[in-house]
Amino acid sequence: MKACLLPTGLHISGLKSALAGPFDLDAPGGEIICISGASGSGKSLFLRMIADLDPNEGSVVLNGRDRAAMPAHHWRASIPYVAAESGWWAATAADHVPPSGLAAAKALAQRLGVAATLFDSPVERLSTGERQRLALVRALVLDSPAVLLDEPTGPLDPASAQQVETVLAQRAAAGAVILMASHDPAQGERMKARRLIMSNRRLVDHA
Amino acid sequence: MHDMISLTPFDLAMAASLMAVDAAASILLRLQLHRQLVWAAVRMIVQLSAIGFVLRFVFALNNPLATLMIILVMAAVAAREMAARPGRRFKGLAGLTVASGAVLLATTVTAGLALTSAIRPVPWYDPKYAVSLVGIILGSVLNAGSITLDGVVSGVWREKSSIEAQLGLGAAFHSATLPVLREAVRRGLLPIINQMSAAGLITLPGIMTGQILAGVDPLEAIKYQILLMFLLAGASGVVALSVAYLALARLSDPRQRLRLDRLV
Repeated sequence: MKACLLPTGLHISGLKSALAGPFDLDAPGGEIICISGASGSGKSLFLRMIADLDPNEGSVVLNGRDRAAMPAHHWRASIPYVAAESGWWAATAADHVPPSGLAAAKALAQRLGVAATLFDSPVERLSTGERQRLALVRALVLDSPAVLLDEPTGPLDPASAQQVETVLAQRAAAGAVILMASHDPAQGERMKARRLIMSNRRLVDHA
Repeated sequence: MHDMISLTPFDLAMAASLMAVDAAASILLRLQLHRQLVWAAVRMIVQLSAIGFVLRFVFALNNPLATLMIILVMAAVAAREMAARPGRRFKGLAGLTVASGAVLLATTVTAGLALTSAIRPVPWYDPKYAVSLVGIILGSVLNAGSITLDGVVSGVWREKSSIEAQLGLGAAFHSATLPVLREAVRRGLLPIINQMSAAGLITLPGIMTGQILAGVDPLEAIKYQILLMFLLAGASGVVALSVAYLALARLSDPRQRLRLDRLV
């Protein structure tokens, strides 16, 4: 019902758990939202709740599709969550993307400063920064209407962070909602994002 | 069975003197094991004496209900042991529920199959067959089940970041945890595979040895042993699969989250 009134974008209302919230947030398609706040303030909890990775209640609707009406894994495929510390489950980075998406993933990785040849080396040989960018690539090749990114540029040097910001800005320009947590207060400003602050497990507008 | 040699208390005391060698080694090498050793030996004597009297009583009753009761008690103890094995345990009674379900399923399927097809005692509930058979099966069930349960729980804990990374990208819980399930079931089945490969060459299995000591022809004894090995392999497979799936179901929820909060 509500979904019909809110055609595109991400719409969150009454999202809460025993640990955080309630949260309300409306993000039209194409918006970048940057959440900053001290560590432990609840940024990751908020993103994980939207992805439905932690028990929570409340309504989340993306492009008119209600989370509650979708199987959990279909929901997460439409709004993937990339954790601050990337997890890997196979030998090489190439094994972590579907074969059909491998070419796109390599092209995207190159734009982020990661050589395509690294897709075939063992994951544990990659640097933290390379893994972080490849984890982002892994999510972006899904071409989802929204992404949840926890500290996507955390371990990156300023030049690589700049490349990530450029790619994310292009995704937003193509209509995706980018919801990211960042401890770098300047990042939101650089990306011309809507800036919110997580404080004490509640969201407040950037004053 | 006429040439069965009956053991006197003196014979047992002779064998017990070997324990003194173990204890002396423990004291000389400061292994700190002598107290545990004595305690385990005393437990063994008390437990076996008690079960001897219980079995004699149940065999004399020859009553299906009494047979079922003792089998259920044995299964419950096995389930409790299984639930207690993993380094990380489930909160509340979930571990016991998972273990009980798997033990009951594996035991019922295999013992039921044997008692209604190959062995077919008269009456079918003859406790001599039913209780002994279930006892042997429970040994393998406990072994395979506890290794598998530990493999699932510790595997999911170890792989939590890779499982959640997959969930976060839209993988189903089932596929994200499949490697952990495979590894746990594989490890759970290794003991029975070892047991079958070693049988006759490296070890003479207990049942067969017991029957030979009791005067049964070796060729008859091996037929029983082969039947039992198949039953044990079946029971190990059923308990490993069921305990793995039940434990994974408990570690997830209808929204396919990884619920590590359900572990202590």
